[in-house]
Amino acid sequence: MDEILNAFTRALSFGTPLLLASLGAIVSERAGVVNLGVEGMMAVGALAGFAVAYGSGTGDGNLFLAVLAAMGAGTLAAMLHAFVTITLRANQFVSGLALSMLGLGVAGLLGKRFEGVPLFNQPPELPFTALAIGLALALAFVLHATRWGLALRSVGENPAAADALGINVLGVRYFAVGFGGAMAGLAGAFLSLVYRPSWTDGMTAGLGWIAVALVIFVGWSPFRAIFGSIFFGLLYYLQFRLQGQSGIPTEVFASLPYLLVILVLALSGLRGQQGNAPESLGKPYQRGER
Amino acid sequence: MALVPEPNPSRYRALWVTLGAVGVAFVIAGVVFSAYGVSPLEAYRAMLEGTLFDPKGLQEVFRRTIPLLLIGVGLTLAFRTQFFNIGAEGQLLLGAVFAAGVALFVPLPPFLTLPMMFLAGAVGGAVWCLIAAWLKSRLGVNEILTTLMLNYVAQYVVIYLINGPWKGKDARGYIYSDQFGPAAQIPVIPGTNVHWPTLLLGIFLAFALQFLLERTTLGYAMRVVGENPGAARYAGISISRIMLLIALITGGAAGLAGVGEIAGIHHRLIEPLQLSSGYGFTAVIVAWLARGNPALVLLTAPLMGIILAGGDLLKVSLNMPFRVVDVFSGVMLLCLIASEVFVRNRVRWGR
Repeated sequence: MDEILNAFTRALSFGTPLLLASLGAIVSERAGVVNLGVEGMMAVGALAGFAVAYGSGTGDGNLFLAVLAAMGAGTLAAMLHAFVTITLRANQFVSGLALSMLGLGVAGLLGKRFEGVPLFNQPPELPFTALAIGLALALAFVLHATRWGLALRSVGENPAAADALGINVLGVRYFAVGFGGAMAGLAGAFLSLVYRPSWTDGMTAGLGWIAVALVIFVGWSPFRAIFGSIFFGLLYYLQFRLQGQSGIPTEVFASLPYLLVILVLALSGLRGQQGNAPESLGKPYQRGER
Repeated sequence: MALVPEPNPSRYRALWVTLGAVGVAFVIAGVVFSAYGVSPLEAYRAMLEGTLFDPKGLQEVFRRTIPLLLIGVGLTLAFRTQFFNIGAEGQLLLGAVFAAGVALFVPLPPFLTLPMMFLAGAVGGAVWCLIAAWLKSRLGVNEILTTLMLNYVAQYVVIYLINGPWKGKDARGYIYSDQFGPAAQIPVIPGTNVHWPTLLLGIFLAFALQFLLERTTLGYAMRVVGENPGAARYAGISISRIMLLIALITGGAAGLAGVGEIAGIHHRLIEPLQLSSGYGFTAVIVAWLARGNPALVLLTAPLMGIILAGGDLLKVSLNMPFRVVDVFSGVMLLCLIASEVFVRNRVRWGR
C-alpha cells in the first residue's frame, strides 16, 4: 500500500513540469500556433528562476520573484517565436526547433557560472502540483465555457471567420504563444527551484519534447492533460525504480520515455487522434487571403 | 511598414537577403557573447584566425565539412518535399553502429571491408529514418517529434553497445569499442584528418541529387509533392512512396556521414556526443541556407564547418562552454527563416 502511494506521489511530482508545459502548449496550439521551442523555453526559465533565487538575498532568495523571472524569461523567448511565425509568417516547426537550440544554448552559456552552486532551501512540491492541476481545470473551463475560450478556439480553427467577427487574430495568437512561454518557464522553474534546487546544463533532459507529444496524446484537452502527465510521471518513476533492480541494461530504461513518446504518437495516430488538431494549426494567417 | 508581394523574386534578391540574415545572426550571437562576458569582436577574431588562416584550423574545417555536406544534401531534398527530418544526428549514429558492426565482426576480404561498411552505414541511417517516414505516411505521426526522439534512442543504443557487448578490451574510464583493423580505415590526405573518399562521395551526391531534382521525372514529382501536395495527389503521384524514398536517401546519406566519422577519424565506435558534436542539427542550417538546392550545399557546408570548428576554438582559447555552437545554430536558423518573407515580399515604408 505504501509502495503504491509512494509511486503515485512521485508520479505527480515528475508529472508536474510536464503538465505545466503542456498546458501552455495546448493554449498556444488551440490558437493555431505550434511551438516546438518548449524545451528551450523551459531551459531559459529554469536558469532565470535559479539565477534570481540565488541572486536575491543570501543564497535562498525570494521564491515568488524567482518564479516570476522564470515565467518572464519563458515569455520573452516565446515572443521571438511569435514575431517570427505570426508577424513574419515563417515556418512554425522550424522556428520552434531553432528556439529550442537557442534556449538550450543561451541557458547553457549564461548558466555556466551557476553550475554546481546549491540553493539551500527546497520549497515543497505540493503547492506547485496543486497549482498545475487547478490551472488545468480552470483552462478547461475557460476554453469551453467562456467567450474568451471561444475566441481562442475560433482563431485556431478558422482565423478568417474569427477575423470577420472582429476578433484580433494576431493579438490572440501573440497572447496564446506568450502564455505558452510563461508556462514553459514555470515548468523550468519547477525543475531548478523545487524538483532539484540546482542548475545543470541540459537539466530539462527532453521533458519539453515530451510535453509537446503529450499535447497530441491528450487531444488538445487541458482536462485530459492531467491524467496524461500523471501517466508519464508514473513511467519516469518506474524508470528510476526498476533501474539496476532487474537484469535489464540501464540504457533500456533511459531510452524508455523517448520510445514511449513514439509509441504514444503512433497510438494517437491509430485512433485518428491527429484529426482532433485545430484546423489551422501550423498555418500562418494573412489578412485578405482566401 | 507594409509588405508588398514580389511574385518572381530574383536569385540576387535571395542571395542578398540570405547574406543579410547571416549578418544579423552574427550581431545577435555577439550580444549573447557580451552577456556571457566575452567581447564578440574578440570571439569572431579568434574563430576566423584559427580556422581560415591556420593550416591546422583549415583541416579541421574540412573535416567538419564532410559530415555536414553528406547530411546537408540529403536534408535539402527532404525539406524540399516538406519532410522535416530533424533526426540526422540519430541516423548518423546508427550508420556508425552498422559500419562498426561490419568492421568489428564481419570477416571479409580486405578490399571489401570499406565498401561493405559504407553500404551497412547507409542502411543503418536509412532504417532509422524510415521508421519516422513510415509512421508519418501510415498514421500521420509528426516526423519532427519522432525523428527527434529517435536521436535520443540512438544515443542510448551506442552507449549500450560500447558499454556492454562491444566494449573494447582496453577501455578504461572512457568507453569505446576495440579499434578497427587497417582494412576498415578510410585513407586520409597525408598529415590531416581529411578522409578524402568520403569528401568525394559528398561532392558527388550534391551534384547527383541536384541533377535528380532538376532534370528527372522523379525529381519533378518530388518538387510537386513539396510545393503542392494537392496537385500531386490529383496527378496520381504517390506522396507516401515519394516520402519513403526521400527518407531512404536522407537517412542513408546521414548514415554515410557516420561511417566517415568512425572509419575516417576515430577508428572505433566511441561515445555519441564525441562522435557527432551536433552535425545533425547544424546540417539543418546547411540545408536551409542552400534554399533547397543540393549543389549549393557545397558552399553552405564549409560555412557551417567554419562555425563548428570555430566553436571548438572558443571552447579552448576563450574557455567557453560547448553551448556556443547551439547559440549560433539557433540564432542563425531563426534569422534565416525570418528572412524568407523578405525574399518573397518587398518592404514599403510608410502607408
